[in-house]
Amino acid sequence: MTTTNSIIKVDDLQTSFFTHKGEIKAVDGVHFDVPAGKTLGLVGESGSGKSITSLSIMRLIESPGKIKGGSITFNGEDLLAKSEAEMRDIRGNQISMIFQEPMTSLNPVYTIGDQIAEAYQIHQGKTKKEALQKAVDMLELVGIPSPKARVKAYPHELSGGMRQRAMIAIALACNPQLLVADEPTTALDVTIQAQILRLINRLQDELGMSMLLITHDLGVVAETCDYVAVMYAGKIVEYADVNTLFSNPKHPYTVGLLKSLPRHDIDQEELEVIKGMVPRPDELPEGCRFAPRCPFATDLCRERLPDLEDLGEGNQVRCWIHTDQWNGPEVNVKDDYRSAEST
Amino acid sequence: MTTDLLKVRNLKQYFPIKGGILGRKVNDVKAVDDISFEVKAGETLSIVGESGCGKSTTGRAILRLDEPTSGEVEFDGKDLLALSKKDMRKMRKNLQIIFQDPYASINPRQTVRQILSEAMNIQGVVPKDKQEDRIKELMDTVGLGPHQIDRFPHEFSGGQRQRIGIARALSVDPQMIICDESVSALDVSIQAQVLNLLKKLQKELDLTYLFISHDLGVVRHISDRVLVMYLGKIVEIADKKSLFDNPKHPYTKTLLSAIPVPDPTVKKEQIILKGDVPSPIDPPSGCRFHTRCPFATDKCKNEDPELRTNDDLMASGHRAACHYIEEIESGEMQPHE
Amino acid sequence: MFVYTIRRLIQTIPVLIGVTLVVFLMMHLIPGDPAQIMAGERADAETVELTRDRLGLNDPLPVQYGSFVWNAVQGDLGNSIRSGRDVSAEIVPRFWVTVELAVYSTILSVFMGLIAGIISATRRNSISDMVIMVVALFGLSMPNFWLGLMLIQYIGLTVGWIPVSGWGGAAVILPVITLGTAGAAIIARMTRSSMLEVIHQDYIRTARAKGVKERYVIYKHALRNALIPVVTVVGLQFGVLLGGAVLTETVFAINGLGRFVVEGINQRDFPIVQGSVLVLALLFVLVNFIVDISYRLLNKRIELD
Repeated sequence: MTTTNSIIKVDDLQTSFFTHKGEIKAVDGVHFDVPAGKTLGLVGESGSGKSITSLSIMRLIESPGKIKGGSITFNGEDLLAKSEAEMRDIRGNQISMIFQEPMTSLNPVYTIGDQIAEAYQIHQGKTKKEALQKAVDMLELVGIPSPKARVKAYPHELSGGMRQRAMIAIALACNPQLLVADEPTTALDVTIQAQILRLINRLQDELGMSMLLITHDLGVVAETCDYVAVMYAGKIVEYADVNTLFSNPKHPYTVGLLKSLPRHDIDQEELEVIKGMVPRPDELPEGCRFAPRCPFATDLCRERLPDLEDLGEGNQVRCWIHTDQWNGPEVNVKDDYRSAEST
Repeated sequence: MTTDLLKVRNLKQYFPIKGGILGRKVNDVKAVDDISFEVKAGETLSIVGESGCGKSTTGRAILRLDEPTSGEVEFDGKDLLALSKKDMRKMRKNLQIIFQDPYASINPRQTVRQILSEAMNIQGVVPKDKQEDRIKELMDTVGLGPHQIDRFPHEFSGGQRQRIGIARALSVDPQMIICDESVSALDVSIQAQVLNLLKKLQKELDLTYLFISHDLGVVRHISDRVLVMYLGKIVEIADKKSLFDNPKHPYTKTLLSAIPVPDPTVKKEQIILKGDVPSPIDPPSGCRFHTRCPFATDKCKNEDPELRTNDDLMASGHRAACHYIEEIESGEMQPHE
Repeated sequence: MFVYTIRRLIQTIPVLIGVTLVVFLMMHLIPGDPAQIMAGERADAETVELTRDRLGLNDPLPVQYGSFVWNAVQGDLGNSIRSGRDVSAEIVPRFWVTVELAVYSTILSVFMGLIAGIISATRRNSISDMVIMVVALFGLSMPNFWLGLMLIQYIGLTVGWIPVSGWGGAAVILPVITLGTAGAAIIARMTRSSMLEVIHQDYIRTARAKGVKERYVIYKHALRNALIPVVTVVGLQFGVLLGGAVLTETVFAINGLGRFVVEGINQRDFPIVQGSVLVLALLFVLVNFIVDISYRLLNKRIELD
């Protein structure tokens, strides 16, 4: 995170849910920044807090959730200090968001055109007619055939891929500086995913926007991101540029994730696994949150939570192994990773 | 020489569409349209394809969860489609299925013990007094602790529930298990655990799998042979190695090239298809892929290609349904923009 | 949409046959000889026989049914036994009174119900939500004739300018409240639960992510979707209302179709009961048809058949 020029900087973000069982810390002190014009991938499995992080940036956390602390600096201003009206001016205008489920993310009772035009009308103060013309242009931009006709279509008349294109058109109508994409291709078939990823990449180049891509798919990360932040149980455990992360992962969780992934392009005899499962957010372990599943864990790991250590060149890792205080045997995380159990 | 445990011949599954003023049948969704294949005893055959290609429908039709429109399904020498409902139920002892969401297919009010003993009672495979031991053994097999025997499904995580689903399938000692997107809903780290478990069980119990999935990474890991479907038809079938290293059908090639590789140093050439999968209600004439195929000609529009092989280009057992395998291979035909 | 309308119209045919059949059979199902009833309890055997003949009761049942339907289609519902007047002519003005009563009550239910439901849903678990839901529960549990009597007692008789009987002008106030309250309560509860469901949909989050003002999120994006199930309830409620009209009209001495039926029953004036019930049933069928069509118009998704 040494990059000087970042579009958004998240610092010690804490978002919790207050239920009758007590406080659930879904996001617990998250730090990262998205370099201007680049794509940061926020990777994690379900329950890691990655989607809550993205909704926190938009300030769209609903009760019983609450952003408890930290700061989110966008264009030099703290989003968490803004009023609701000021946030509305930013949403869909300077920061836009697209979601996982194209099937349910569009309002079924309004036409695609109306839904694209709406954001443009709100933020750019245009007439309905101008906004609808903009909608046609946007549909054209995202590669929907015969945009003039499709602008009058209802969501159910479009396929999943087309709906996701329409979502992108909504998000980009006001030419945002930052696009937050939460699992934008997870619900799509691979051939459609390839189309959508290519489209997003092309538009990012053309419009010069930055992107925060939330995903569980390491393949998508490798293909689209410049930087990667790996999240586990509400915390960032590793941050690196994409080449370093894949070629030289430092955190045992990152390594385990990469080794447990079945790949279509190479033969693997047996998959390494990460034993056990993600801890429930209301039963987080004492020390390092990955310690119960980590093959290298020592008492130190089980007792004390490590800090996010700087490894130089902007890369960071939250793991005792990479500190002076490591008291276990010398390990090379990448080469020595073996899951203790095979099933 | 291994024997064919399951033989599927000319299987068709059409779902009628009602419409018009009188609500009569106006057309069919041709979900599965005349496919034939066999699964050898002890192997894993995977069916891959995108949503709507008919892969899950095929699995359901084999088990007669939906009665197929026509065709033959022979399992262990018996014609499944000729069996009475009662005999078919008995036959399911040998032919089990595990779904994507085990939670949807297990009774949330039953404990693990009840779920497993019910399956055993229905098929009458284990006497009552031996059931307790067998249940514990099964739980151990799938990696659940014996202390969890009286817990309810909601007390388990997604991966553990899938293990319960597997244990239930195993409880009746089946010869073959159809896995319908069984690991698709699981996180990567848990998915790897379940995949390894399935592989281990296959070795130990001599199981045959028909593995239905959209995830080619998973398929490469688990399969011996792979069958690719597109719009209700088989477009290619081959040994795993042959299919992944030497795909012959343009659709298979596209599918493989579309999957993102988790390695930023791999710069591969991606084939991007135009448009969406056409509707299975009025599938394209001729080769169903011709509307999106970069090589399509008039012949593709008019003639439905047969599954065929070419000994010079393809390993034994490798077949693809394309008119132009040779021309594309030699470079004589180039993709048009 | 056109095809759907036609198909839905065709579907009403069996319903219409059923309705006319039941109404027709009413005469034969009630205990006693219809001819005897028609002719009067003290009529002699010859008169009864003449009546039987005049009414065509000697014909086979299907023939009787056929002529009943044929006459009804032409607007001939027979004559009153007591007054001898044409039943159709008697029904028409009363029918409009009942329709007015039902429509006003429906408007009141929908208006009150929607507002209360939306307030409840958007301020979930607040004091206003709780108050609204408790009031709605009361509204739902009170029998409407009792509510009518209470209104007469505590409002009609204390506020001088609201008449407590008859129809027209200020006299409509109390009966409409009486008849509309239960509907308002049901619609409020339905709107609340429907809104709460819709508010958690992904497209509401999309609207917020676009920077849409919360007011528009609720009234533009959420309400229209939330209304879809409410429309069905409104339709069903209209039927309940027609039933309720019988009691309300009696309590407030309104000369409507409901009270006409009650009078007909009390006086054993058979053609009146038959005619009124038939008209009410047809009205119900018509309303349900309209509801189904508007449901389709609201819900774009199910248009794709």
